[in-house]
Amino acid sequence: MPKDHGIGASPKRREDVRFLTGVGNYTDDINLNGQAYVHFLRSDVAHGKINGIDSTAAAAMPGVVRIFTGADFEGVGSIPCGWQVTDKHGQPMQEPAHPVLAQGKVRHVGDPIAAVVANTPEQARDAAEAIEVDMEELPAVIDMKAAVQEGATKVHDDLTSNLCYDWGFVEENKGAVDEAFSNAAHVTTLELVNNRLVANPMEPRVAVGDYARHNGESTLYTTSQNPHVIRLLMGAFVLGIPEHKLRVVAPDVGGGFGTKIFHYAEEAFCTFAAKAINRPVKWTSSRSEAFISDAHGRDHVTKIELALDADNNFTALRTETYANMGAYLSTFAPSVPTWLHGTLMAGNYKTPLIYVNVKAVFTNTVPVDAYRGAGRPEATYQLERVVDKAARELGVDPIALRRQNFITEFPYATPVAVEYDTGDYNATMDKLSEIADLSGFAARRAESEKNGKLRGLGVNCYIEACGIAPSNLVGQLGARAGLYESATVRVNATGGLVVMTGSHSHGQGHETSFPQVIAEMIGIDESMVEIVHGDTANTPMGMGTYGSRSLAVGGSAMVRATEKIINKARKIAAHLMEASEADIELKDGAFSVAGTDKSVAWGDVCLAAYVPHNYPLEDIEPGLEETAFYDPANFTYPSGAYCCEVEVDPDTGKVTIESFAAADDFGNIVNPMIVSGQVHGGIAQGIGQALLEGAVYDENGQLLSASYMDYAMPRADDVPFYSVDHSCVTPCTHNPLGVKGCGEAGAIGSPPAVVNAVVDALQSAGKDVTHIDMPLSPSRVWAAMNG
Amino acid sequence: MTQVSMTVNGQAASGDVEGRTLLSTFLREHLGLTGTHVGCDTSQCGACVVHVDGNAVKSCTILAAEADGADVATIESQAAADGTLNAVQQAFQDHHGLQCGFCTPGMVMSAVALLKDNPSPSEAEIRAYLEGNICRCTGYHNIVKAIMAASGQDVSAIAAE
Amino acid sequence: MYNFEFVKPSTVAEAVSALGEEDAQALGGGQTLLPTMKQRLASPSKLVSLSGIADMKGVSADGGVLTIGGGTTHGTVAAEAGAYPALADLASHIGDPAVRNRGTIGGSLANNDPSACYPSAALASGATIVTNTREIAADDYFQGMFTTALNEGEIITAVKFPIPQAANYQKFLQPASRFALVGVFVAKYADGVRVAVTGASEEGVFRWSEAEEALNKEFRPDALMDLKVAPANMIGDLHGTKEYRAHLVGVMTKRAVTAAG
Repeated sequence: MPKDHGIGASPKRREDVRFLTGVGNYTDDINLNGQAYVHFLRSDVAHGKINGIDSTAAAAMPGVVRIFTGADFEGVGSIPCGWQVTDKHGQPMQEPAHPVLAQGKVRHVGDPIAAVVANTPEQARDAAEAIEVDMEELPAVIDMKAAVQEGATKVHDDLTSNLCYDWGFVEENKGAVDEAFSNAAHVTTLELVNNRLVANPMEPRVAVGDYARHNGESTLYTTSQNPHVIRLLMGAFVLGIPEHKLRVVAPDVGGGFGTKIFHYAEEAFCTFAAKAINRPVKWTSSRSEAFISDAHGRDHVTKIELALDADNNFTALRTETYANMGAYLSTFAPSVPTWLHGTLMAGNYKTPLIYVNVKAVFTNTVPVDAYRGAGRPEATYQLERVVDKAARELGVDPIALRRQNFITEFPYATPVAVEYDTGDYNATMDKLSEIADLSGFAARRAESEKNGKLRGLGVNCYIEACGIAPSNLVGQLGARAGLYESATVRVNATGGLVVMTGSHSHGQGHETSFPQVIAEMIGIDESMVEIVHGDTANTPMGMGTYGSRSLAVGGSAMVRATEKIINKARKIAAHLMEASEADIELKDGAFSVAGTDKSVAWGDVCLAAYVPHNYPLEDIEPGLEETAFYDPANFTYPSGAYCCEVEVDPDTGKVTIESFAAADDFGNIVNPMIVSGQVHGGIAQGIGQALLEGAVYDENGQLLSASYMDYAMPRADDVPFYSVDHSCVTPCTHNPLGVKGCGEAGAIGSPPAVVNAVVDALQSAGKDVTHIDMPLSPSRVWAAMNG
Repeated sequence: MTQVSMTVNGQAASGDVEGRTLLSTFLREHLGLTGTHVGCDTSQCGACVVHVDGNAVKSCTILAAEADGADVATIESQAAADGTLNAVQQAFQDHHGLQCGFCTPGMVMSAVALLKDNPSPSEAEIRAYLEGNICRCTGYHNIVKAIMAASGQDVSAIAAE
Repeated sequence: MYNFEFVKPSTVAEAVSALGEEDAQALGGGQTLLPTMKQRLASPSKLVSLSGIADMKGVSADGGVLTIGGGTTHGTVAAEAGAYPALADLASHIGDPAVRNRGTIGGSLANNDPSACYPSAALASGATIVTNTREIAADDYFQGMFTTALNEGEIITAVKFPIPQAANYQKFLQPASRFALVGVFVAKYADGVRVAVTGASEEGVFRWSEAEEALNKEFRPDALMDLKVAPANMIGDLHGTKEYRAHLVGVMTKRAVTAAG
């Protein structure tokens, strides 16, 4: 019988009512008195030298308040990068400056050159078109391998080359890995592209800057997954505003998927300009602008090799990846192809020797950073594709090959620096077998063939490291910030609670699921708990929402703070009932004395804390409010097994997803409804990557897929109903809730299943196709079939 | 500037607009009805769908002046005065048909229009009808399920939660 | 968008007069023009809305000819062109429902987007484009991508489609825009078969005469077995190579013939 409240229940989401009735409060819904609007004049060339900017005519146009150029930002800080990777020689990565507005050079289409602030958005845009830029176009650096050739044009003149870093992991293992390859009975090699994606949350980015002369405080309203991180980065590194004079507010956020983690130039501009002109300044990105200014994701080119012994045991794995950084280093960009990718290369397998090489490259393209999964989808994709290819080469069942090599004993220390605490990969594969009805596939294939279609089955596993992250560990790995989370739990005098958390929902439903945890702990109704988030002025310093971390890290902070509350309330209750604290039990919202019928309600204890007439004032302070910062001891390791069935139209190459099943182990589940929704969305994004989406640049650095006319977003008729299951549970061993995180799994686990299925379909028809690069568009599939 | 007058959510509304003012802009900026969202500029995402004279229309792709004299309904009109959600809204909440909420107003307005024309649509009909409404969060599973449920169909056989 | 003056006449004559002004442009449903203007790729000084002209709306069938007012929306055609089922079906798959509630046949044909659906129907049907001044045969009307026989200020008031014995439209979607990557309209008349292809060619909608000849001999998909369009003039882009589009023309034509029966 499903629970109807507390942990494990699926109450309706309380945030839904405002979203369903049109009274959500997104950043673009914020309009401040007297606000002006900014339009950014963006580069239409990928690489160029600015010889001069003449804004005289533009400045005289109707409604123009002020025009800013790079010159206005001399002395203002560079947009910082939050992660420093050390290369295989022990040297720090090359780190270029990233100005708010271009300083003499533009480095990608979309790089902001000037900013026009005017009374209306259209006036700002009208005037921006009248700015004359004397631009000397330079050769564009687009192809990553060409970019690191000797003599290539440099994206940044002050760097030695376009190579950000050349990373070896684990460098000391390289010799042993190479030796294992020379002794291998079989080696499977695969070269592949992990296609560049645009996150495309449906809400485009917006920033509204405000400055209060009466107290000298700046406020930024922004579409962010982590307002405290923006305040720290923008305040301390770009604009030089101390935290107590800077407030960052992220109200309702319309999706993020990673691309709203980062600190962007437009945020700094609006904050800066609001003070400069003494009026609020608003920027609303159009979708077209988003394509050339939001950080992109993925964009890896990889060669992966898997060595097996004569019994088909994996003996070694070796990869070489080129990872595109784009023109500048976005906030977490360097960490994505390294610590979020290399550390996952063991996957679900006990491969003893692994070596990962990553060359991060600057190009004249939009910066690339984390997108849902961030590094882990890239790792999973290459590993699960090469394992599938190996099974086909060896003529063995791909599932059996996986099972044979599964890690089965935990904790398990991988050769790539992480320790999996728990998991049961056979259990999720068994569950997948059941929900995907693998045994019925042959009949379904026969039916498809009758209809002239090729049917394919693709299966894969995944493991991810999320619940990001242990601060001491990431500090060693180059993070320039801690990755703890915070919560303040404030109990009101009549027993209701407010949780102020550094986590911030952008669709995940924290306002519903977080109260479930507290309701369970205290035994009260969820309606007594309110979540406050998204505003640095009323939440403790916290690191925000990404890396499937909110419940595992933020929820744990909330649990710790609530435990402190309960401990204090227990003391108060003991005093009120004149009993020993050790005998006090909390159940169903009341404290009782064990073995007696004495009890006091939660609300009465809370009231006593604030009206301390009968209170142990000599022992404890009045009031009931506690803060906790939780820093996880390890990552969490969700895992699962995914299955996709496709039909391929042999005449056109069109792939149709016939079914998709996912069996995940997320540890304990707080709200099954929300968890399923997260998996659904992740799967759709994974199917999008596999079949539809791709950000494509031409050789001149023009983005060809620069709107929804050419960037194919998954629609309702591109996907089926999914079958998802998360009944396999191995609780996380090191956080108080035993939860692992579920936000990214779907996007991590699904692309290889789709591609494996298409390859299976084509091979079933006797086609000699071992790989097709994503997206598997009809054109590409047809070409592969007829190649 | 042109004066436009229309009925919005049952109330008379008027204002002075430029020729280029879109209906979405008029609703959001002039009338403060910020439930209608703008998610793209190529008329594809559907976050801005409203009803004009009873038909689903992308309010970012119709001039405010074109809607002069029209009867316009937005997401703000869909719940009853006492806050009771309509059948589609309620089904979206019951079946978790929304996450971030940004595409939701357009989804609901499209779904309401669909059910007016086709009171009991099949899964395939719903998916086809939503061609012009993009959601990035839900993978559409629970949206399609919610619309089927709102039309009175039994959705208990569709995969859990 | 650049600003412009907006007028909404209620008669064709008023509209023609308003369009006489330099840089004035007609506005049909706006489903292509407004997005184009948002990108600032068009800058008319005046937009003349045709949506208020009652005479330009409606669908009627008479004497084997289906006549559709130029201001008729795709949604209305889908619902009311039952006399020409293949055409109604085509209209019911243009864009999405909200687009179909605004977009008009006149607007689509005047724009002549190389990936739009209607041009293939008009050309395959040997339709007549009726304007405020004259009647233009479809064979003379389409003159390459975004180019037509229309003069400045000329308005499509109606389109007359001879109703065929059998017809079908097959559209293969470009996955992002959902326009036709390749669309083929096949119409069989007493005096012969016409095949028109949209989406594929750099020269816009075209008649595939070899297929017409083959189908005139035998109206069966097998008749097309050995036929191929040359890839040279096909569009090649990130959604499909020239070769792929050329291949799809064959596949879609066969499917249209099969479906037309």
